[in-house]
Amino acid sequence: MINRTVASVKEALTGLEDGMTLMVGGFGLSGIPENSIAQLVKLGVTDLTCISNNAGVDDFGLGLLLQGKQIKKMISSYVGENDEFERQMLSGELDVELVPQGTLAERCRAAQAGIPAFYTPAGYGTEVAEGKEERDFNGKPHILEQAFKADFAFIKAWKGDTAGNLIFKGTARNFNPVMCGAATITVAEVEELVPAGELDPNQIHISGIFVKRIFQGEKYEKRIEQRTTRVRS
Amino acid sequence: MSLSKEQIAKRIAQEVKDGYYVNLGIGIPTLVVNYVPDGIDVEFQSENGVLGMGPFPYEGEEDADIINAGKQTITTLPGASFFDSATSFGMIRGQHVDLTILGAMEVAENGDIANWKIPGKMVKGMGGAMDLVASAENIIVAMMHTNRAGESKLLKRCTLPLTGVNCITKVVSNLAVIEITDKGFKLLERAPGVSVEEIQKATEGTLIVEGEIPEMNV
Repeated sequence: MINRTVASVKEALTGLEDGMTLMVGGFGLSGIPENSIAQLVKLGVTDLTCISNNAGVDDFGLGLLLQGKQIKKMISSYVGENDEFERQMLSGELDVELVPQGTLAERCRAAQAGIPAFYTPAGYGTEVAEGKEERDFNGKPHILEQAFKADFAFIKAWKGDTAGNLIFKGTARNFNPVMCGAATITVAEVEELVPAGELDPNQIHISGIFVKRIFQGEKYEKRIEQRTTRVRS
Repeated sequence: MSLSKEQIAKRIAQEVKDGYYVNLGIGIPTLVVNYVPDGIDVEFQSENGVLGMGPFPYEGEEDADIINAGKQTITTLPGASFFDSATSFGMIRGQHVDLTILGAMEVAENGDIANWKIPGKMVKGMGGAMDLVASAENIIVAMMHTNRAGESKLLKRCTLPLTGVNCITKVVSNLAVIEITDKGFKLLERAPGVSVEEIQKATEGTLIVEGEIPEMNV
């Protein structure tokens, strides 16, 4: 059995330097790697490029890195709900590349799967297509999009084992599986880490081959962004 | 009388058919869930990775790990499934989703849509809208016929940065149901008590009126 475990979040982030490109899993605040983000804040690394669907809120998620001006560039599909983000973007301190959400996911998956580029209809005829190769397939126009290149991918899963196998829960899955193995080093943090052999191989969502380092997160706040409920009738 | 947002949702719900997988955008489209006719089976897809979305949870049962694309806590119904973002957009791009309902700032008579960016204002991003409009075959736009300044949102050509080209099939507004054809906006139905002339006045693009135009059943 190959053992992918590291003793701590500190060890998990070994080799992280200023100027690196990071993939960060999550949709809104759901399924974000809370412990790795906290460690990035602690390390104080700067000039980061972050590939993540969203940019967190002012005081949580990637918003914590924005507060410390650690991010130079964000590559996302939707970046609302964050005042500090807006301030830095409008003042020109922060560079932002907006990518259609499906293209963002596929550019991660392509990196994971060793596909350098792919055609998609999304964004054709819009400013997203500017400077990109266009080609018709079956009479429909498409644009060429390229796989991402990243140094680290930070993943959050529900359960994992010492071999690096992962199981996700609910919609906290989102971008996490497609970012596994899509960067040079994939760091997975899990709510519960068990010895290899305890998870049913049939139930595993991502094989440990895509995960370089795994650790159990010390604690999870799992903040809810929009708490919506109905009244019991 | 011009329709309320709830009435627009109610009219759109009539377009939802038995066996449909449906993707709902944020805003008016979200309300469509409340008006799906009894006796038909429909599954709602949310692009963050769930098919078979249910209603909001009871207080105290919210789960941070189960949300919709609007980041709201939700529940799932029997038959639901979760999946990753690439698979989710595979469902959309691969045209497995039968109906997409979304909002818009502008729609043009050639089917172009603009709904993500106003130059000079803070841009929040397109989210999944560009993937949806580029791939879905059956896209209904839910919107008000005019903006706050009273200007038409149904135009000859969009003036705002586009989300997608030549893709919208139908618009349900507070004034009318309109089909987008090769020749322009074809008026199908009027809101109760709204005249063809009023709709004409509120439509900058070419409006095609053929025969008697019935009132919507809302």
